[in-house]
Amino acid sequence: MKRIYTLEDACIGCHLCEVACITEHSQSKDPVKAFLHEPLRPISRCTVEEWDGGIVSFSTTCRHCDEPDCMRACISGAIRKFDNGVVRVDTEQCVGCWSCVMACPYGAIQRNLTKKKANKCDLCPDRKSPACVDACPNRALVFKEGSQK
Amino acid sequence: MNYVIIGNSVAAVGAVRGIRSIDQSGNITVISRERHVAYGRPLISYLLGGLVTEKRMAYLPEDFYEKQRVNLLLDSEVVGLDAEARKVTLAAGDTIAYDRLLIATGGDPFVPPIEGMTDKERIFTFTTWDDAAKIKGIANDIGKVVVIGGGLIGLKAAEGLHLLGKQITIVELADRILSMAFDRPAGRIVAKKMKANGIEVLTEETVVRIEGEGSDITGVTLRSGDFIPCDTVVVAIGVRPACTFLKGSGIEVNRGIVVDDLMEASIKGVFAAGDVAEARDFFTGVKNPMPIWPDAYIQGDIAGVSMAGGTKEYAGGIAMNSIELFKVPTISMGITNPQEPKEFEILTYLDQENYLYRKIVIKDNLLAGAVLVGAVDRAGIFAGLIRDRVDIASFKEQLLVPDFGFAHLPKELRSALFAPAGKVTDTGAPAPAVGH
Repeated sequence: MKRIYTLEDACIGCHLCEVACITEHSQSKDPVKAFLHEPLRPISRCTVEEWDGGIVSFSTTCRHCDEPDCMRACISGAIRKFDNGVVRVDTEQCVGCWSCVMACPYGAIQRNLTKKKANKCDLCPDRKSPACVDACPNRALVFKEGSQK
Repeated sequence: MNYVIIGNSVAAVGAVRGIRSIDQSGNITVISRERHVAYGRPLISYLLGGLVTEKRMAYLPEDFYEKQRVNLLLDSEVVGLDAEARKVTLAAGDTIAYDRLLIATGGDPFVPPIEGMTDKERIFTFTTWDDAAKIKGIANDIGKVVVIGGGLIGLKAAEGLHLLGKQITIVELADRILSMAFDRPAGRIVAKKMKANGIEVLTEETVVRIEGEGSDITGVTLRSGDFIPCDTVVVAIGVRPACTFLKGSGIEVNRGIVVDDLMEASIKGVFAAGDVAEARDFFTGVKNPMPIWPDAYIQGDIAGVSMAGGTKEYAGGIAMNSIELFKVPTISMGITNPQEPKEFEILTYLDQENYLYRKIVIKDNLLAGAVLVGAVDRAGIFAGLIRDRVDIASFKEQLLVPDFGFAHLPKELRSALFAPAGKVTDTGAPAPAVGH
């Protein structure tokens, strides 16, 4: 399946992937409206890691594992892997127990504390290519066929 | 091929999927002594507290059993196993033959004899949907509750009852609550938070007598002689592998059913997984019961694959718990409280005021365990480092950094573990769906 990969040498730590992710999953899909006017603004599903004063930076996100540890740890059955390989969390079913946060070796599941729900990459079902990838000005994110590791 | 699975919780579900990943045509029969389809057992405290509705208890999509072609027998208890003739006997008397059997019966709550408990009506255990429903059914009538046991089950029961506005006292024998998962500082932080919420926590204490007249409870007397008034008692001392029906079957049972790395028991064709099984520990290699939800899934999956003739080996169980109590999230994993502290290197960060605590347990430059209280984000990275036996010598100091991540790892290690750029290009064929 197609997954999101990050070329850390090309990443400049601009966090635009996070902005694009929040925008895509907002109600308005407009960055200004999403950031200024949406009380339940989503949180980013990708995380830019930085270290050494920003010399090292890269964006991390869900690997949509073949045997997802998050799914196995989920106590409510909210996390499922679908036929197209995408691992999704059903936020209605999620109870916010953070078992997935405990299990994911990629640290790719966030805690949405406002909604008390697990938050993870859904590979942007409404788009041809994920919003984070399209938004990266340095093409440090690639969407291509590949394995989880 | 006839597959029979006794039990219908997470290990059974893992097994059904494991079998079907290899064998699409065999017959699968799942037998459960409960009357519900598979449900999120840990959700019973949320159900009791009114945080989830009955509808949300279902662990699987409605069409799971049909899609996986599972013959489901609910409300049926297996009372005997004839491993020679390869058949199990139900309480109703009928027998069911199998080629491969999985025992995934989970645990039974352990209720020790306590003086004065006979004939008392309101003594409950708290491990099933029906247990929660029973307590919820009389909730309006409950005033004050004593919960015996400050482990995971006791605390979750207390939390559910607290949400219903009940007064609660927890009585724990050890010197701290959650003694299996936590060390002293973590136990103290959570106990402090519980006390702030009006729950009384008594440690190094035990109930010696349940007081009352006839079927009514008026209180409990503690070892110290103190009397605590209450009208309801929840016994949450622990669970025991549910395998008494194996008596005389010849299957090796220690505390649980002893299994190898394929989850096969001492008699060919019989497998066990989940809380009832006793499989290899990740660190020590010693077999012991590991009553942990994710581990039960993994064991079930391996058992299913093995039963269908595939090969998948168990890497050993790692204890792991994510528990949020009164808005303080906690995650613990691996060895959190070493018996021989001298053999371990321990890093800690404590900010008791803000309910923040982090403990990292290291042995021979390998991560052995972690306790995270308050800030639990990305805890799974630690789980990965434990499981992959990563040498952490070069970034040890960073492990206490609140936003510890892959950035703190040397680049080579990062690409091996996290493979930022992706290494192999596969065929593009979608991976088989699971979770249906």
